[in-house]
Amino acid sequence: MPPLLQVSDLTKHFPVQGSFLEAMLSRKKDVVRAVDGISFTINPGEIFGLVGESGSGKTTTGRLLVCLTQPTSGEIRFDGEDIAKASSTKLREFRRRAQIIFQDPTAALNPRMTVGQAIKSALDIHEIGSNAERREEVLRMLERVGLTPSEMFYDKYPHQLSGGQRQRVVIGRAMILKPEFVVADEPIAMVDVSIRAQILDLMLSLKKDFGLTYVFITHDLATANYFCDRIAIMYLGKMVEVGLKDEVFKSPKHPYTVALMSAIPIPDPKHKHQRLIPRGEIPSPINPPSGCRFHPRCPSAFDRCSKEEPGMTKISDTHYVACHLFNSTPSS
Amino acid sequence: MRIRDHFIELFQTHDQVTTKEEAVSRTTKLLDSLGIGGDRIDDYPHQFSGGMRQRVMIGLALALEPKLVIADEPTTALDVIVEAQVLELLKQLKEKHSLTLILITHNIGIVAEMTDTIAVMYAGHLVEVGPTTDIFEDPLHPYTKGLLESAPNVLHPERSMRPIPGIPPDLLNPPSGCRFHPRCAKAFEPCPVREPRLVKRDGRLVACHLYD
Repeated sequence: MPPLLQVSDLTKHFPVQGSFLEAMLSRKKDVVRAVDGISFTINPGEIFGLVGESGSGKTTTGRLLVCLTQPTSGEIRFDGEDIAKASSTKLREFRRRAQIIFQDPTAALNPRMTVGQAIKSALDIHEIGSNAERREEVLRMLERVGLTPSEMFYDKYPHQLSGGQRQRVVIGRAMILKPEFVVADEPIAMVDVSIRAQILDLMLSLKKDFGLTYVFITHDLATANYFCDRIAIMYLGKMVEVGLKDEVFKSPKHPYTVALMSAIPIPDPKHKHQRLIPRGEIPSPINPPSGCRFHPRCPSAFDRCSKEEPGMTKISDTHYVACHLFNSTPSS
Repeated sequence: MRIRDHFIELFQTHDQVTTKEEAVSRTTKLLDSLGIGGDRIDDYPHQFSGGMRQRVMIGLALALEPKLVIADEPTTALDVIVEAQVLELLKQLKEKHSLTLILITHNIGIVAEMTDTIAVMYAGHLVEVGPTTDIFEDPLHPYTKGLLESAPNVLHPERSMRPIPGIPPDLLNPPSGCRFHPRCAKAFEPCPVREPRLVKRDGRLVACHLYD
């Protein structure tokens, strides 16, 4: 089966706003290298996890994938078509087929719009059905995402709902156009712990109904392990490791992945931690370290790491890692 | 406000005779012990990373050598690696200064790793109090059990992330009787009617009609 989404050498740089004086004195503009040359494919029907710390570029990648922001360079092919170069008709069609679920449902919903209006507006924009049909469709969706009685929820405002219910509205709004591809950016981070699993279960059942493909963005490895089929680990705008969930969790290769895994708090008081925590914190993406970006914090770094950027080395057909420890042949 | 001024203010408020020089030298020593270079004393908070800022906060809490420290979600705003660093620091400081720590958190993994005793709260009430290992092994209150099962566990993904049904209670208008009863699978006649008392059971305290 051809991949649903093919990303090659994608970059997104944001210009840094300096002071007036700095702009006058120097011609060189600083940029934040939020996403800096990543390539991957997403297969139809899978849940692909993008995992990383703050500043790793995972959210920017997610926004690029649904065309909420334009890439600086590189290509995103959705169903064979480069979405950055698509015509406006094609782009409109793409926006129906690809949706995003945001992290903060309170910020994602207009406080002056009722739940019904919020979900219905997508149908209005895409001119699907008559007004009465749209209302019926929204009521069905409210029911589907667990907001019953749907007639009552239709006329409620976001502030009248709990955090979990608001996130159900955001999910309903993403699903109303029956998309094929959904990016979920930390969908449970702002939701009460006791009902996080409810939201994930809802997303899984919607995936079954609609035959969805998900990109699941999270900083929480334990949740990624529960939810995803395949996982990519990002660090400072780069992808350092990608593989099937079990490959990445049971035999992590990149020293950064190993460190992340060992840092996860385990809900078992008898568990003895064998922690390999690198010193320091993720450096600035304005002046990232040379060579491998993790080398200043890496316990296994050697000469080559600061000089040469590692390419992806194949571990298995599905497991790849960007680390010189696993690549003995020097590239030119 | 520079880091220096935060500490000078703290020392001088509580100890009138402390000179600025004394306060600065105590601050430098303290920052060193927290893994922040003492030379950063003149920096402003925005010049620090999130983890470093939290280290400064820990320093402010420890500066007056307290016996009790209350840490309210101390790592919630931090990434997983920095979180592990800060937890490690808290553990060391706790040993070194023989501190008593009240850790407020919603992260079940951190509770398991850091605590000796847990008090579980729901809608403004204590529902269970006891030794950490006992509670993880055999939670008595249905809410405690649900909470533990709703946490993700990387080592056993199949045993984790089971949701608690329903929604968190409205505190303006909390449910009658036991506040957890609308979400509880084991609720029976007395639950919506009477508020359960906190009773002793197997070396712990639990507030649930199943045990009263």
